Order: sequence, then C-alpha cells, then structure tokens
Amino acid sequence: MEITDEILIDLYKRMVRVRLFEEEAGRLAESARLPGFLHLYVGEEAVAAGVCGALESQDQITSTHRGHGHLLAKGGDFNRMMAELMGKATGYCNGKGGSMHICDLDLAMLGANGIVGAGVPISVGAAYANKLTGNGLISVSFFGDGATNIGAFHEAANMAAALSLPMLFVCENNEYAEYSPRHKTMAITDVIERAAAYGFPGAIVDGMDCVAVFEAASLAIEKIRGGEGPMMLECKTYRFYDHVGVKGTASDYRTDEEVEEMRKRDPLVVHETRLIESGIMDADSIQAIKDDIQKEVDISVEFADQSPFPELEDMLVDVYTNGESS
Amino acid sequence: MSEKVSELSMLEAINETLHSEMARDERIVVLGEDVGRNGGVFRATEGLIEKFGENRVVDTPISEAAIAGSAVGLAMAGLVPVAEIQFLGFSYQAMHQIAGQIARLRYRTQSRFEPQITIRAPFGGGVRTPELHSDSLEAQFANIPGLKIVLPATASDAKGLLTSAIRDPDPVLFLEPLRGYRGIRDLVPDEEHAIPLGEANLVKKGDDIVIISWSYQVELSKRVAESLEEDGVSVAVLDLRSIVPLDVEALTQIVAHCGRAVVVQEAPETGGFASEIIATINDECFWSLEAPVARVSGFDVPYPVGMLENLYVPDEARIRAAVLKTMEEE
Ligand SMILES: Cc1ncc(C[n+]2csc(CCOP(=O)(O)OP(=O)(O)O)c2C)c(N)n1
Ligand SMILES: [Mg+2]
Repeated sequence: MEITDEILIDLYKRMVRVRLFEEEAGRLAESARLPGFLHLYVGEEAVAAGVCGALESQDQITSTHRGHGHLLAKGGDFNRMMAELMGKATGYCNGKGGSMHICDLDLAMLGANGIVGAGVPISVGAAYANKLTGNGLISVSFFGDGATNIGAFHEAANMAAALSLPMLFVCENNEYAEYSPRHKTMAITDVIERAAAYGFPGAIVDGMDCVAVFEAASLAIEKIRGGEGPMMLECKTYRFYDHVGVKGTASDYRTDEEVEEMRKRDPLVVHETRLIESGIMDADSIQAIKDDIQKEVDISVEFADQSPFPELEDMLVDVYTNGESS
Repeated sequence: MSEKVSELSMLEAINETLHSEMARDERIVVLGEDVGRNGGVFRATEGLIEKFGENRVVDTPISEAAIAGSAVGLAMAGLVPVAEIQFLGFSYQAMHQIAGQIARLRYRTQSRFEPQITIRAPFGGGVRTPELHSDSLEAQFANIPGLKIVLPATASDAKGLLTSAIRDPDPVLFLEPLRGYRGIRDLVPDEEHAIPLGEANLVKKGDDIVIISWSYQVELSKRVAESLEEDGVSVAVLDLRSIVPLDVEALTQIVAHCGRAVVVQEAPETGGFASEIIATINDECFWSLEAPVARVSGFDVPYPVGMLENLYVPDEARIRAAVLKTMEEE
C-alpha cells in the first residue's frame, strides 16, 4: 500500500502528542502534583500512533493501565486528560477515576483499565456487536506482554477466534511486566505464538517504528474488515521510564545500558530522521509541530490547575440510573 | 521476665515474620507477582529469595487465578503456601479459586485435607492508589464460609497474627492496610510471637461508649477515643483483629458494659461487615443498649481516586461526630 506524505506527518503528530503530554505528566508526578499511579507510555508511541492512525474514527479500542498513549493517539482531549490526572472535576471521569479509568465514548475509546487483561474480553463484545449489526467497524484491544498470562486474555482470544470476530489484538511487548522479565514468566519467545494456539494469524512488528506498525495494522485491518476473523500484532517495543512514574525505586530489574541501547531507537527520532531524509519535513517544520503541541500541553496544565476538585456531591452521583448512590 | 522488643513498621514486622516462619518450616512456599527478585512492590517479601532460594520464593506470571489455585495443589501435596495477591482488588481474578475451591475443600474432604493456605493482600485507602487498588473487600470474603479473615492494626499484631495465620490449618486471608505499611510503627517482640486467631483486643478501656473497628481504622478510633477523654467521654476501643472468626464474647462484653457503640469500617456501608457486627450485637446484647449502634463507613460508590479519597475514607472528624451523636441518643 502507498503511504502518503500526509500519513507520515499524521503519524508523527500522533506520536508527538503522546510524547509531550507524557513528559509533562511525568514532570508533574515528580513534583507530586498528580495523585495516584502514573504509568508512562514514553518509548512505545509508535504502537499507538501506527495502530490508531490506521483505524476509522469509530473503530473501538480498549486500553490498559499504560493507556494515555492509546487515547491521545486516537485524538483524546489534552485538557480533560490532564484534569483527570490531577483529580479535577473537569477531567474525563470528573476526577473520580484517575489515570487508569479514562474512557472517551465519543472516540470509541471503551476504557483504560487498572486491571491487567480486563479490556481484552470487552473488545470481544464490541467486535461481536460490530459483526451482528454489520456496521463495518472493527474493535482493537491493546494489552501488554504480561497481560497474556492472565486467563481473561485466553478466554477472549479463543472466543474471538471461535466466533470469527472483527477484532485486532495488539500486544505491546516491552519485555517486562512490572519488574519481571518476560522470559521468567512465559516459556515462549514470541507472544504471537498465542494467537496461533487459538487458530488465528498474526505478525511480529517493529514496535519502535510507526510506519512498520501502520503498515502491518493497515494490512491486518483490511483483512479483518473483510470478514477474515481476528488477527494479532505483536509489537516489540520498550518503555523508557520505570513501570510506575519516571524513575522508580524498584531494584535493578534491567540495566541502564539496556535502556540506553533502546533509547537509540527512540520512535520519534527514527521517524524524524525518515521525514528529514526523504525531504518531507525539515528541522524547522518538525520543531514547529512540537512547539504547537507543547502549547496545547501547557494549556492543559493551566486548565487542570484552574479547575476545581470534585466535591462530596460529585462523588455520590452516577452510581445508578437516577444518578445517585444508595 | 521482660520480653525483648524492637520498634518496627507494620511492613517490617510482616517481612520479619515471613523470614522467621520460612526458616522455621521448610514446607512454606511464598508465591506471587514480583515477590522474589524484586522483593514485592511494597517490599514485604524483601530478602526472601536470597535466603530461601527460587524454589521456595516463586515469581509468578500475572495470573491470580493460578496463584490461588496452585496454592490448593501445593497444600494438598503437603506444602504450606503463603501467596501474595499484589492488591486485594486483584483477588477478583482469583475469586473462584478462593471462594469456590480453597474455602470448601475441608468440607468436601470431611477434614481429611487441612487447607493450610495463607493469602496475603494489601488493601484500603489513604495512599492515593487507584480504584480496585484501594477497595476494602473484607465483607465479600466474610460471606464465604470456610475462610478466615485476619486484619492486623499494629505492627506487633501483624507479626503475632501472621505467625498464627501461616500455622493455622484453615485458609486465612491476611489483609494488610496499605496506609499502615509505613504509617504504623510500634514495639514488636523479637522472639516468636503468635496471637490466637479470633481474640479481639480491647486496646483502650472505657465506660460510656465503645468504638469497634479493625485494620487501619483502629488507629483512627484510638486517636478519637483519646481526644474525647479530654471532653469527659470515656471511650473504649475494640480491635476485632479478625472478622472471621469473630470474637463474639469480647464484643458482647464491652458493648454490654458501655451500652453504646459505633462501628467503623472503610468499606461501603451497604453490606459492609459493620452490619454483621450490629446484627451480632442485636442477637447477643440488644437489651443492654442505650442507643442505636451507629456506623461510620465509606460511601456506596466505587472507590474514588485522587483528592476525593479524603472525603471517602472515614476520618477522625466523622468518627468523632458519630460517637458524640450516639452519646446524645436517649
Ligand atoms: C489482575 C492484575 N494483576 C496485577 C496487576 C498489577 N500490575 C499492574 S501493571 C502490571 C504489569 C503488566 O505488564 P504488561 O501487561 O506487560 O504491561 P506493561 O506494564 O509492560 O505495559 C501488573 C502486574 C494488575 N493491575 N491487575
Ligand atoms: Mg510488558
């Protein structure tokens, strides 16, 4: 398939949106201005950008505890996200859900999740609804390598295959689950083998390259939309920061050298180099994109700062249909 | 004879107990997510893998159902599993194995199988962890016959109760308050220390009213009781220590003595364990009551994160208000 300049620039913008927002969130967390856990997506932007860039706007996604990237790459609102991270009433969950519970139903983002693997079966249901109604949409579930060790993943994979559903499984294999390296918690090298086990195809993708992800996702999505049943992409990627926060207190579960080595493959730099070398953009136009998006990030911080915290009354609503708790 | 003691945080007391119990009984196997090389996300299992090796300290995949389920198989084969569920909220993933298997095996085997299984899990709010990381689910487990549910409120009790939990021939869910891990410090006996399960602790005597509580809420209740002393109200505090088994005798005695009671829990109010306490009081000593028993609880909403948890979790002001209101009732 042909990848136009427009697409290449679009993919870049999606990655920058995630990166700059996340770096800002990291700084705020370091200065204790964000309550709760912050799982940063920095390093893995190519996956969310490549997949979301290949989706129709109403294709559904489910996301993870490391979910800011998925929503932002799908067009999520900086202001409402930043406000949610700060626990403010103007946030995506009115400041009641936090980083791991953000949903945006307008964008068909069915939810980030504090429970590992919990989103995968939800995507199965969305895919089934798509099939039933014949709306032509597909559903996508993002999940980590570690999530494929949990029962819910396996039930979902089998069911999606058995019912031949229009669903794309996107594994973000960053080689670690918290502080456990992948090889200690599974006896296979490639997570993709798990798709084969349930009888659907998949591909291993360079998850540090948004174009590779976009191409693989586009190919898969075309087949899935065409009624060929589920597929899986295993995106080999890496998180640059710690499991939680920026620099955590965990023991040395990975070496600084390893992180440095992977940082050389920074998905933003990889793509910037491509854009410049192919003459699509120059350093100035790249900087201009970053400046524009940074401005949006700054505005979101201001917006969140100035927003009020939710009050007791806010806490008590939206538990039942009548809006109230018992 | 004076016992030797050391001042420890609750977390240190738990870690020390795991070390000493593993040294005492080589059948003990610790398993859970990141409990080995990493030492646990809160460091409760720190140093165990270095001392007891990878065979006895198992880093599991993210597989709560398999953690709980394999504990059954381990126990059936004669080992003593001490499993960790990283946050109590993740026990939903393991719920069938806990509720449908672990809790019922004695019954099914006419006690031929002694399910000596401990599941440790941190829970509770106050440290800004998100939804499902802070939830107080103890009442849900209390509705499962066959499980014991132990909730220490001090470092010393954490040691004494965890020791007994590990040695107990029934499955024990051992719930550790996140806020207490580093927030609670007290004197812990250096030597072996085992507190029988099912003995409540009257942590403060009093004559006018009793606050009944468990886990971190005991700490808050004590502070309220002490401050009310200055206002001339004599407030007793009963730490249940375990909700199953429930020390009905201690509960009845102090409620009958005071005639007024407040139950404090962090869980949502509806169906919380406080309701069971009040039902027990009605059964055992209703005619000694001088006022209806009050509850201070979380709210009937999903655990809210961020700043709202300050409003959600019972605090000293809410406990104090409930005590004063109950004192006014005729
Ligand atoms: C059911 C459940 N068990 C454990 C956890 C704690 N936990 C949060 S993230 C995580 C690791 C997830 O690893 P992976 O799926 O590879 O995603 P990554 O963090 O690497 O992006 C764990 C164990 C959880 N949130 N939910
Ligand atoms: Mg991972």
